[in-house]
Order: sequence, then structure tokens, then C-alpha cells
Amino acid sequence: MKFFHNPNHLHSLVSSIIDTSKKKAQFNYFTRCFTTRVDFESPHTNPPMDSSKLQENTEASYSSSSSSKLVLYSYWQSSCSWRVRFALNLKGLSYDYKPVNLEKGEQFSPEFERLNPLHCVPVLVDGDVVVSDSFAILLYLEEKYPQRPLLPADPRLKALNLQGASIISSSIQPLHMLSKLKYMEEKIGSEESLSWAQLHIGKGFLALEKLLKDFASKFATGNEVYMTDVFLAPQIAIAAARFNINMSTFPSLSRVNETYKGLPEFQASSPERQPDAVHGK
Amino acid sequence: MADQQLRLYSYFRSSCSYRVRIALNLKGLKYEYKAVNLLKGEQFSPEFRKLNPIGYVPVLVDGDIVVSDSFAILLYLEEKYPQHPLLPKDLQRKAVNFQAANIVSSSIQPLQNLAVLKYIEEKVSPDEKMEWAKVHIGKGFAALEDLLKNYAGRFATGDDVSFADIFLAPQIHAAFTRFNLDMTQFPLLSRLHEAYNEIPAFVDARPDKQPDAPS
Repeated sequence: MKFFHNPNHLHSLVSSIIDTSKKKAQFNYFTRCFTTRVDFESPHTNPPMDSSKLQENTEASYSSSSSSKLVLYSYWQSSCSWRVRFALNLKGLSYDYKPVNLEKGEQFSPEFERLNPLHCVPVLVDGDVVVSDSFAILLYLEEKYPQRPLLPADPRLKALNLQGASIISSSIQPLHMLSKLKYMEEKIGSEESLSWAQLHIGKGFLALEKLLKDFASKFATGNEVYMTDVFLAPQIAIAAARFNINMSTFPSLSRVNETYKGLPEFQASSPERQPDAVHGK
Repeated sequence: MADQQLRLYSYFRSSCSYRVRIALNLKGLKYEYKAVNLLKGEQFSPEFRKLNPIGYVPVLVDGDIVVSDSFAILLYLEEKYPQHPLLPKDLQRKAVNFQAANIVSSSIQPLQNLAVLKYIEEKVSPDEKMEWAKVHIGKGFAALEDLLKNYAGRFATGDDVSFADIFLAPQIHAAFTRFNLDMTQFPLLSRLHEAYNEIPAFVDARPDKQPDAPS
């Protein structure tokens, strides 16, 4: 396992097996996990993981019967799962990806039900601890793995980040979930389900624009990626791709979105890059 | 422990404001109550907008710090005023508290707030509005019963009042008083409702006890 500490050897190994179009993002993601040196053009400073922790990570990830490795139950298109994938990448935490196909109803399998009787993804398993709900998982990760903090120390900025995250997780995402859209379609009509989604996303984005306009620069609340970004980046991506939201009416959100698009940890967490992605969807 | 510099902008019936009132009471924190009448649109007044441009309650003012959103306010209070801790130290149990809080604040409350219900009433029908509210509260309550059955003691996640209880109490109260939900299908939540009615911190935070409640 020693050769994984040699960035050059890792580079040639990884380069030879990864498709060139994905090379940059994947390479950066893998090297971030397995070396102490971060050598991609990250817009933020990333303190190197200490080598003892790094050793643990590399051994755990290549051991077939590792119980010390994180396991994430996720669905490629789930925006809540996306948040957690993004955060795990930011913290440099490697994990086993366990797909749960929501379209096929795998969340109702006896095996998954034992893990989460509420039948939702994402679910994080960390040794004996099982955590469901993306917000609960993120706060758990923040406490257990304090590297690369997602909540600033300053109480005002911390509260601002929690508020931003809360607006997305309570006032936006739940209202455009598939089940709600289906209801609108059945009771009112298919155009209605799109206008319902657009209404709530628009309201929420307007609220965020007002909330963040005096704070946003490179990222939502300043120059570092924090909790609001973890929620916002997937939300904007979905709003634009699935609901035709015109982002030009939200200048601060549009600006930070451009930064997200270029962020390797975010790119690596996107739905199309996941093992269970179905292309052409 | 009195703290005269705390001000809470609240609406008596807002369950998000109710959560913060409970937490302030539990921590023994005195505060000035500033009523914001949502039905009259007072959340859009220039004065309130300066404090919170989004126009939501609750808003907590603590000296020169202004915090909005009940989740953010509660975590702020927990850090600044550690007396009567609202979160257990154990990470698993703490996570269950956050999960329960989010079932309420993401899967239930946003789907039965005033704006959403009005929309459904207008686009579909008044009966449909109540049906919609009951379905979503019911689903959320079933999820909570399932989640908490292995953790509940006297209260939601053990024998001490915690974060989950602060979110549950207002939601259960609304289910009883505004939506006439049949609570017999939710034995744990019904029992918790009775337990909350015995605690002054919870009782004093109830909508009907607030200065802006209609007499």
C-alpha cells in the first residue's frame, strides 16, 4: 500500500484507467483522498490530512472487509444524497458507495428497511453509528471529522450558514420532491406541477438572494465553502436542469454557481459521476 | 438566568416561533416579546425587513447579533447559553434528535403552512386542503413513531427533554388543535403530548399564552 503515498505513481496508475474526459476531476478527487499534497487549482486552502489518518484511510479503502470505512447509501439523482457526497469529498473522507434504486423501490427492501425504517436516502453508516437525513448526517460529520470545517467559528456566520441550509432543506427541496409533483399533476394538471415547483424554488432563491447578498463573494457566505454551499450547489444544479429556473434573476446565486461548477469536489459528487448513474436520463 | 438584551420577534401561532419560545424557557432566558402579525403582513414592514429581509419569523436579537430561522436560532442558543443542554453528547442520539427535528421541519411543517394550504384551497378545494395537511402530518407522524420507538423514554429520545421534543411539541399541538388529526394511531406522540403539557417551559410557550394571542 506504500505506493499510494507516491503521487507520481498514483498519477500514472490513475491516468491509465480513467477516461480522459473525466481525468481531471477524478484524478483530483482520488489524489485528494490518498495523498497529503493537494495539487489542483482549488479556490480554497485545504489543510493536508495528517499522515496517520491518511494511512488509516488508504488501508481502509483497499481492505475488502473493512468495518472502519464509511458507507453511504445513496441514489444518484437524490439531491439530499448529493449534499452528503459533496461534504464527504470536501472533508477528504473516502467511503463505500451503496446504491439504492428509488425508482425500483429498493428503499423498501428488508435489508434497507433494517437500516432505515423511514425508507429514505441518504443513510451514512460509520462503524456502529447509523445516521439518516442529510442535515443530521452533515452535522454528525462536522463533529466527528472536524477537518475542513463546514461551519465557521464566528457565531454570526455560523448562524447564517445554518439559516441558508435550512431555507433549502425546509422551504425549497421538500416542495419539489417527485411525490409532491405527482400529486399536483394528478389533482390539477401537468403544467401545474412545473409551476408549483418553479414557484417554490423562485421564492426560496429570492429569499437566499436577499439573505446572502451582503455576504456572498466566491462562495455563498464568503471566500470558503461552508454549509450553505453544500446545500445550495446541488439545489441550483437541479433547479436549472430539471425546472428551467432562470438563474439570471438571482445574481449572487448565479455568481457562486459559476464557482461551484469549477470545484472538483462538487464535480465528483454530481449525479452523472456516481456508480448508479443511468446515462441519457 | 435573566438576559434583558434578548428580543424575540414572534407570531403566536407560528410553530417555528413556538419552538424558540420553548427553548428560551427551558434555558431560563428572559426575553422581550415582539409580536409580528403575519396575517396583517407586519413581516413586510420596513422595520422588520431591516432585521430580516426575508420576512420570516422567528428572529432572535441578542445584543448586536441577529439570528433568523428556528433551527439556526436553537443551535445558536445551545452554543451561547449552554445551561440546560438541548442536545445529548452521544453522537448517535444527537443525530436522532436532528433527524426527528428535520422530519418536522422539512417533511411536515412546510407542507402545512399558511401559504401552501391557501394555494391548495384555491387551486383544488377547501376539503382537499385539509386532506393534504392530514396526509402529510400523518406520514410524518408515522415516521416519527418508527424513528423514536427505540430511543424514547419519558421524552422523545430519552428521559430528558431534548431538541426533538422542542420540534415535536408545536407540531403535535397543531395536529390536535388545527387539523383534528386522529392521534390514537400515534401512541408515542400522544403520550409525549401529555408529558409536554406538564412542563411549564412548554406550557408557557403555547400559542394561546402569548401576548399577541386573541383573547
